[in-house]
Amino acid sequence: MKASTSWAVRLVRGFARFWWDFLIGDTPELFAAVLVIIGVVSLVSLVGHENALAVVLLPALSVLALGGSVWRAWRASRRR
Amino acid sequence: MVMAAVSSNVVVLVGAVFLASAVEMVEALTIVVAVGHTQGWRSALEGSAVALLTLGALVALVGPALVHFPIDVLRLLVGAVLLIFGMQWLRKAILRSCGLKAKHDEDAIYEQTVESMAETTSSARRDRVAFVLAFKGVFLEGLEVVIIVLTLGTSARHLGLAALAALAALLVVGVVGVIVARQLSKVPENAMKMTVGVLLVSYGTFFGGEGLRIRWPGGDTSLVLLVVIYAVVSWLLVVRLRALSAAQAAVTS
Repeated sequence: MKASTSWAVRLVRGFARFWWDFLIGDTPELFAAVLVIIGVVSLVSLVGHENALAVVLLPALSVLALGGSVWRAWRASRRR
Repeated sequence: MVMAAVSSNVVVLVGAVFLASAVEMVEALTIVVAVGHTQGWRSALEGSAVALLTLGALVALVGPALVHFPIDVLRLLVGAVLLIFGMQWLRKAILRSCGLKAKHDEDAIYEQTVESMAETTSSARRDRVAFVLAFKGVFLEGLEVVIIVLTLGTSARHLGLAALAALAALLVVGVVGVIVARQLSKVPENAMKMTVGVLLVSYGTFFGGEGLRIRWPGGDTSLVLLVVIYAVVSWLLVVRLRALSAAQAAVTS
């Protein structure tokens, strides 16, 4: 019983660790940025009904998030 | 016009699934080859086979359930996952292109796997470690392939086509692996990662937008425009960072 419990716990932990590494890993800023982007664009699209603005905002904010994360990594490499 | 939109969507889908699956499979194959070379092929192939069976069972359980999920919610979730995953790949590829990250992960993975095998002493324990290493390598990389196939395939309503693209990648990587075995690092990994990153971010933006009820101008053809935008932005980031790194190197020398 104990062995099966520890096996199940290990399985759940392993599964959680996989998703953590998959979505967050060493770039938590990208995970947070995507949540913010979805929040902002859903306000513009679903609440404000501004389709044209949402079409521009979604890729523009994604580009900013990518650029910011790359810039952060470059600055970190300069400090080393 | 409609035919052109459908075929461009299908070409981008097949390309994205094929390349993303191939990159993940190259990583899995590296681990299996390292285990096979150092500990014999029996444990390596057994571990790989059990991992593939487990993945098959997982797909059989999860796959049919996705069909009953509300399409807008599914597209939003898929879009968010693809955006995060794609940006991670693109960021890594950009940093590699600028020399801020080592280019060949495969060599490092191979050496690391061989080292962990050498540290193990008894024969029975070595067999178990070899089995677990091969299982973990194939299962984790395979799980990423499954996620890519299920998310892209169901959202684009071409699950069968996405599965076929992944199967084609498996065949190509398998044949290349058998022929070249240890020369896996010769595969132009970074160019593939950059292309896959651009495709995943483009799909993530497109599906995420559809999940948020955005009406893309031109429908599916806007996907091609997104691919161009992200490719140009990535190229500009590489050019800018290379210039900054060169300027910094000139100052310090």
